Parts: sequence; C-alpha cells; structure tokens
Amino acid sequence: MSRYYQQEIETASREKILEIQNEKIVRQVRHVWDNVPYYRHLMEEKGLTPADIRGVEDIHKLPFLSKADLRDAYPYGLLGTDLKNCVRIQSTSGTTGKRVVAFYTQHDVDLWEECTARAIVAAGGTEEDVLQVAYGYGLFTGGAGLHGGSHRVGCLTLPMSSGNTERQIQFMMDLGTTILCCTPSYAAYLGESLAERGYSPEDNRLRAGIFGAEPWTEEMRRDIEAKLGIKAYDIYGLTEISGPGVAFECEEQHGMHINEDHFYVEIINPETGEVLPEGEKGELVFTCLDKEAFPLLRYRTRDICVLSRKKCSCGRTHVRMTKPMGRSDDMLIIRGVNVFPSQIETVLLNEGYTPNYQIVLDRERNTDTFDVYVEVSANQFSDLMSQIQKMEKNLEGALRTMLGISPKVHLVAPKSITRSEGKAVRVIDKRKLHD
Amino acid sequence: MAITQVSLFLMNQPGQLVDAIGAISYAGSNIRALSISETNDFGILRAIVTNTDRVCDQLKEKYLVTRTQVVAAKMDDKSGALYPILAALNGANINIEYLYAFTGSGPDEAYVVLRVNDPEMTEQILHARGIDTLSDENLNL
Repeated sequence: MSRYYQQEIETASREKILEIQNEKIVRQVRHVWDNVPYYRHLMEEKGLTPADIRGVEDIHKLPFLSKADLRDAYPYGLLGTDLKNCVRIQSTSGTTGKRVVAFYTQHDVDLWEECTARAIVAAGGTEEDVLQVAYGYGLFTGGAGLHGGSHRVGCLTLPMSSGNTERQIQFMMDLGTTILCCTPSYAAYLGESLAERGYSPEDNRLRAGIFGAEPWTEEMRRDIEAKLGIKAYDIYGLTEISGPGVAFECEEQHGMHINEDHFYVEIINPETGEVLPEGEKGELVFTCLDKEAFPLLRYRTRDICVLSRKKCSCGRTHVRMTKPMGRSDDMLIIRGVNVFPSQIETVLLNEGYTPNYQIVLDRERNTDTFDVYVEVSANQFSDLMSQIQKMEKNLEGALRTMLGISPKVHLVAPKSITRSEGKAVRVIDKRKLHD
Repeated sequence: MAITQVSLFLMNQPGQLVDAIGAISYAGSNIRALSISETNDFGILRAIVTNTDRVCDQLKEKYLVTRTQVVAAKMDDKSGALYPILAALNGANINIEYLYAFTGSGPDEAYVVLRVNDPEMTEQILHARGIDTLSDENLNL
C-alpha cells in the first residue's frame, strides 16, 4: 500500500518546496496582472508591478482579497482566463446572499483532484477501496472534489451525494464501502442510524472516513471512530481557493498538511493584516500558485488557526494547520453550509418582518439544530393560529431558498428577544465546536 | 351586529398569562369569555371583554393586540342546544375556524362564540332560524 499519492512532492525538502513556490509565484502574479484588471488595479494602487514580486518573500507586499472583493467582482471580475477555457463552476453562499462563483479550467480541476487524491491516499486509500461520497454533489465543492480524487486514486467510487440515509446504508453494507466521505455530523448520524438498525461497528467494512466542511471537535472524532469502527481524517478547503483538499490530515491526525506546492499560506493578525510568525494564532490567508481561471492572491479566509512546521512522522514535509479555531467574521457554519446573519436579515426585511431576530444553534445527536426566533409586529398578528403557522412556514421557505438549509422559525412577541446593553444578541451558539 | 373579540399574542412561558389578565383587570374590564390556543412557543389568548376600546388602548402598549368580529349565538344551557346552530351553519357551507362558549347572566342561558369568515352572513342565517346573537351594546350592560 502506497503511503503517498505523489511521494516526491509530498516529501520534498523545505528548500525544494520554496524553490517551486518561488518559481510559481512569479508566473502566477504575472498571469493575474495580465488577465485580472480588478487585481491589477489593486496592485497599482500600492505602486506594485509584477517585477516587485520576485519570490514568496515578496508576497506580503501584495494586496489582500476578501469576500467583499468577490461580491464586488461578481461574477466575472476575478476571472483569470477566457470563459471558453473554463470547464466548470462551483459555488458557495456569500454575504448578503450574493453567491461566490469560482471558475475552473481543466488544469484547475486536475490540480484540485490531485489535492483530494493526496488526501484519500493519506487516509490509506488505494485502488482496492470502495469510496462512498456522501457530500452533496452540485454547486457545493464537497461532492465533486472527493469524487474526482477518488477516480484519480482508482477507488470504486459511489457517488451517493448527501441525504437519503436508508440508501446510504444499503449501498454501504451491500457494496462494502471502505472509505466514507461526508460532513462529520452526517458521519455521526450514519453511525447512529447503523446502530439503530442493529449493526455493530464490526458489521461494516469501513476503515477510514474523510470528513470536513464544518467544525468538529476531537471528542466528536473519537465518537465517530467508535461508532463506525474507523479512523477519521479531517480535510480542509474552500471554494474560493479550489475546494476540499487545500489541506488534509495524515495518519498522525495532528494537523492538516497544506498542499504548499499549489497554495502559499500565511497567518496574519486579522486586525492589522501583519504577517505573524509560525506558531502564532491568526487568520489564514492563501495565495494560489498555479491556478488559471480563479487565481486568488492573498485571499483572507477569515478562519483562525495556527501553523506548524514541526517534522511529521508520516514523512510529509508540507506545513500543517490546526483545525480552524474560530472565525474573524460573523460567518456561521451550519450543517456544513456557510451562513451569514446578514442573509437572514435580508430575508426578514424582504418578507415584511422587522429585523429583530435571534439565531440559536445547538447540536442534537451530533447534528446541528438551527432555530430562528423572529419578532412579529402588530400589523402581522392574527387571531388565527393557522395564519401564524402559515407565516412561519412561508418564512422557513424563504430562508431555505436564501441559505440552502432549513431553519425552524419561531415567531415571538415584540421585544421578547434578549438585548444586552441595548444591542440585540443575534447569535447564540451552544455547540461546542472548538476544543 | 357581531361582537368584538380581543386577541393577544403571548409567549408560552410562565408569567405571561397572569400579566395579561392583570392588565385587562387594570383596564376595569370584566372578562365574559376566554379561550387560549397554544403551540410550544406561543399562545393566542382570545377574550370577550367589557370596555373593549379601553382594554385595547391600554394593552397595545405592551402586547400584540388585534380585534376580530365574532358571532356570539345565544342558546339554552341544556343538552343538544349547540347542535342546531352548527347544523344551520354547516347547511349554509360556513366554515368555523374556532369556537368557545360561556354561560350568560340569565338562568339556563349560554352563548357560543363563533369565529367565521363572514360574521354578517352568519348572523343572518342564525336570525332566520330564530337564533339570537349578541352585539357589543348589550355585552357592556
């Protein structure tokens, strides 16, 4: 069993990786300068030209990109090549409801799949494996990313997509799935569903799971491992940069190796933008090194974590990142879906409600619960229970359309939502997501 | 001729009901009939009260309040008295959203409060069958 998908690059010396990065960044900056007027303008504002970026040591001079830039440049403003060269889009929700649309050339898809293939092999995957992709397929990168990597490795791929637990279990048991890929909360749910049907962990052929797209704790990992009888591996990524596989865990299960030959990583102070030394906690920033269609430079992820260059026993030399420990903005990840409170506010105003609301998140049986409390105003109140319940249903539908997931809406009396120092508390997160 | 019902939106929490009843009492009103329907989160209190205007004015400072025209049909306080009322409305294809009842001040006198889409037509149907209904005027007596 091979331990690496691309041994040479995955175990390359630090010097070798820097050499690759130095060479690629010069080309990548030139590519962006030539093809992305939006970013060229940002560089010009700082008095930069491609000649100023001679290697990774100059990356800190480049301007940052943030989700706000993606919104302003929507949809084509950050496109780095002709649309005719693009073969795919993937998408994720953005602030105020504007979606993030990322473009891929075939080269970009190949690069991305290479990353997920590395993750699958790091989790012990080989062509002998039966890999069940229970991430959502479609615009979400989870399904497509692991699906492509699974093909690369040569696993028998089960493109299940998310949901339909009955069918997931049937295929898992009948076809002998050995590697499961989904969100950690769905993995835990599948574990419970198997137990409810009288299966013990020995009854399945599962060996490993690759779980990501939402925060999970070490405690939850042990729980999933026990329930399914597997080793559970974390995977990290974001649509803006490519998708899952930007970083992945090895058998050490101690931090995720970032694919440094494709993505240059920095940790910054989210307040000042200053680059922080290794080992300090701050915001993760990625610079693509060899993307064509969506070559983001210095993209601020808003995820807070720590990097480590300590030698890893797996032999991989690429830097490791901790699980995200929080966010430097107000984005929530609910059942693997990115949600901004401002999106909920937009829906409420569109539907004629006051923007007095509160989001309450909790975890029941390892699945996120998502409740939205909304104050009713005098002109909306009816003496008919059916009318009020219909209002709740309609609002749930409008929120589902905007967010992609369904909250439970509770209409409440005016001024009943807790306010501290006059300011309403918008989010109560009772999930214990960080150790 | 229908009567005015006052509805309040209350959270389904301890203390909500007693506060609301206290507020109605403070407005110097007598509650003639009262009904509550509830969900896990909230309840709707519906009441027929005297001094409706004063109650609404004072309560709307603190509560969601709405007025609804409902029909209060008079019946005898005896077995079988409700049936002809409902049968008459059923015959005319009138849907009842909800109802509740209270006893009147006279002996053997009771009223059923009916929430329907068209109170006026409902009253006409009842009157045609000799069934009396209350109005706000005779409620406050």
